[in-house]
Amino acid sequence: MISLAARDIAHSWSKYVFTGVGLGLLIGVTLSMAGIYRGMVDDAQVLLRNSHADVWVVQKDTQGPYAESSSLPDDIYRGVLGMPGVEQAANVTYFTMQVQHQGKDTRVMVVGFEPGQPGAPPSLVAGRHVTRSHYEAVADVKAGFKLGEKIRIRRNDYTIVGLSQRTVSTGGDPMVFIPLADAQAAQFQKDNDAIVSGRERTAANPAFNRPSVPGLLEAVQASQITSHNVNAVLVRVRPGWDAAQVAADIQRWKHLQAYTYADMEEIAVQKLIATSAKQIGLFLVILTLVSTAIVSFIIYTMTLGKIREIAVLKLIGTRNSTIAWMILQESIGLGLVGFIIGKTVATLWAPVFPKYVLLLPLDAVLGLLVIVLVCTLASVMAIRAALKVDPAEAIGG
Amino acid sequence: MKSPLLRKIILPLIVLVILGGFGWVVTQQGPMAPTQVTVAPVTRQAIAASIFGIGTVEARYSYRIGPTAAGRIKQVLVDVGDSVQAGQTLAVMEGVDLEARIQAAGLAAERASASIASATAQTKEAAARLSLAQREAQRQRELAAKALVSQSSSDTRQQDLAVTTAAVEASKAALEVANKEQQRLQAEQQVLRQQQANLVLTAPVAGMITTRDAEAGTTLVAGQPVLTLADPQSYWVKARIDQSQALGLRAGQAASITLRSAPQQALAGKLIRIEPISDSITEERIVGIAFTPVPAALSSGELAEVTLQTGQKAAVLVIPNAAIQQHDGQTGVWKLNGDNTLQFTPVQTGIQSLDGQVEILSGLQADDNIVVYTSKTLSATSKIKVVQQLAGVKP
Repeated sequence: MISLAARDIAHSWSKYVFTGVGLGLLIGVTLSMAGIYRGMVDDAQVLLRNSHADVWVVQKDTQGPYAESSSLPDDIYRGVLGMPGVEQAANVTYFTMQVQHQGKDTRVMVVGFEPGQPGAPPSLVAGRHVTRSHYEAVADVKAGFKLGEKIRIRRNDYTIVGLSQRTVSTGGDPMVFIPLADAQAAQFQKDNDAIVSGRERTAANPAFNRPSVPGLLEAVQASQITSHNVNAVLVRVRPGWDAAQVAADIQRWKHLQAYTYADMEEIAVQKLIATSAKQIGLFLVILTLVSTAIVSFIIYTMTLGKIREIAVLKLIGTRNSTIAWMILQESIGLGLVGFIIGKTVATLWAPVFPKYVLLLPLDAVLGLLVIVLVCTLASVMAIRAALKVDPAEAIGG
Repeated sequence: MKSPLLRKIILPLIVLVILGGFGWVVTQQGPMAPTQVTVAPVTRQAIAASIFGIGTVEARYSYRIGPTAAGRIKQVLVDVGDSVQAGQTLAVMEGVDLEARIQAAGLAAERASASIASATAQTKEAAARLSLAQREAQRQRELAAKALVSQSSSDTRQQDLAVTTAAVEASKAALEVANKEQQRLQAEQQVLRQQQANLVLTAPVAGMITTRDAEAGTTLVAGQPVLTLADPQSYWVKARIDQSQALGLRAGQAASITLRSAPQQALAGKLIRIEPISDSITEERIVGIAFTPVPAALSSGELAEVTLQTGQKAAVLVIPNAAIQQHDGQTGVWKLNGDNTLQFTPVQTGIQSLDGQVEILSGLQADDNIVVYTSKTLSATSKIKVVQQLAGVKP
């Protein structure tokens, strides 16, 4: 049996392919949009995965350190380390800042970490890990730095010794990892003018500058420029212990807030990026509707374009089901061509996006199913139009 | 457009290109693509352990020079940056009433001399009276024994003698008091003169003036500094070493010092002091590193980076520290087996050099191939592709 659809496509294949390409680009945009959403979620999750923590300990009654600011004294970790079930506990700081790179501002998240502890950079793609306890940094590839380059954070230059990949904040900003002590100083460090005027302000305060107490002013000024705060303590739980139980213990006895991985994921994914995710989700729905409409119109106009041929078919006694099957085949075929092109272009242009675009195979399969469904629905109108054609049109016109 | 050539060749060609592109995209890009890794062998080589810390340039001996008593500054003779000799006058405090007090003490001492003279005269007078009373008492006693005078008269003379004896003792005591008073006043004068000498602030050692804290006319309390003097030859770096890296510190170790003002230039130094008390808040050891030799024009308070060579091992198994990964709560490396499969191997690490090489104590053999860089987190079932350089990474 000859395939009417194949014959018809072969007859006007260029039109068919170009329509497929157009549709493919539209599907590519839709797939990319889904990829952007997945990328956002993955940005949030990768931050949690990279920190290698089971429990996040933050300031009481805050949702820190990613969603809210949180500040803890840096000796808290010793108390946490003493809690039952805690294997490792490490201080960590996070702050977002602009750094200058080749005359341009790059937005980065500066992470203060302790080597070999949770919060340290995961696997590298080039260079080495930090070995000096000061002024060395590991940067994410996306920040654009090369090995050996200097990065200025506040007042000090840090040498980039290693590059990591997929180490980003929830907002997708590339991370720069620097030793904790440096990060603590940098986080609260003011510019030189502010420090000098701060000193003068203190000196002008008679309570601190008493002639009868030599050294008091110096002591007060020294206390103003040191920082012993961190944003969170990352905890690894001993094997066999329940992270939720350990978190509950820390929360109860240390009077701090403790989140498990699941809690943190809830905060990072559900709360932090909720609005943006909804925005993209809505856009995705609209794009799907637009694609459906466009596929319907294309199939409909294609069918109308060969209405005379269909009338001839009817005239020679072709069954309605054969004609309907032909239109359905063409429609789904168009969808498949569109999907293949769409998937290809979406993958090709994904790396060009400034933020991470994650194209999941599951999304692609889902997309394919939706396209087949949409094409089937879209062909309904065209089939109805084809079946209503009077065979007499073939000769009468 | 009806040419059979078009249909037979170009159409399948386009379909082939599109399908080929799609196939390439699905398998080589995106989530289903193999993970790119770079591989390096475990090598046997020498490794040098070093310790890195930061500190500040400080004068080891610094002298804060100020008055011993409250007072007002009369003159400050030197300024910041001046080199001074030992014993040189640096500043002078105002005496205020000190001169007058010395004068008063002098006058009082003179008065004490007069008192001594008067007391001496009184002693002589008392002695004369005593001698007369003794003779008179003797005479009366003899006459009374012969009953030539009344007993009552003799007793009166005896009493006179006792009174006069007491008066002699009193006058001696008064002379003693006058002498002591004179000595006391002389000592007081001495103290005031000493205080006057203290008003001149002199340099205890040769050195350089580093701060000038008060100007002429300022009133200071005792102990408040007017100037700070530092010995430039005693400049050293007080450095802080993270406790986790402090293993292997020993006095005498050679050090390399880099000043913030000259980041390209490494200065020679020597670890001369390891403080027995660590900073418990910052979790750092505090060490002192001397310059050998001390460079000219150092600035106290300048940031300095210090690198100490603590140990060296010849021919040990060494891997790059980027290869070390955390997997299932264990520290180890991904070892590449002969059939291109991955196996996570826990390792024990020893010393680490500052250029990122790590000594392997156990877990690996020489010439084992291990994964160094990876484009994605690995698992035992990861599909991998060994490359020279990860895609998209410009080191």
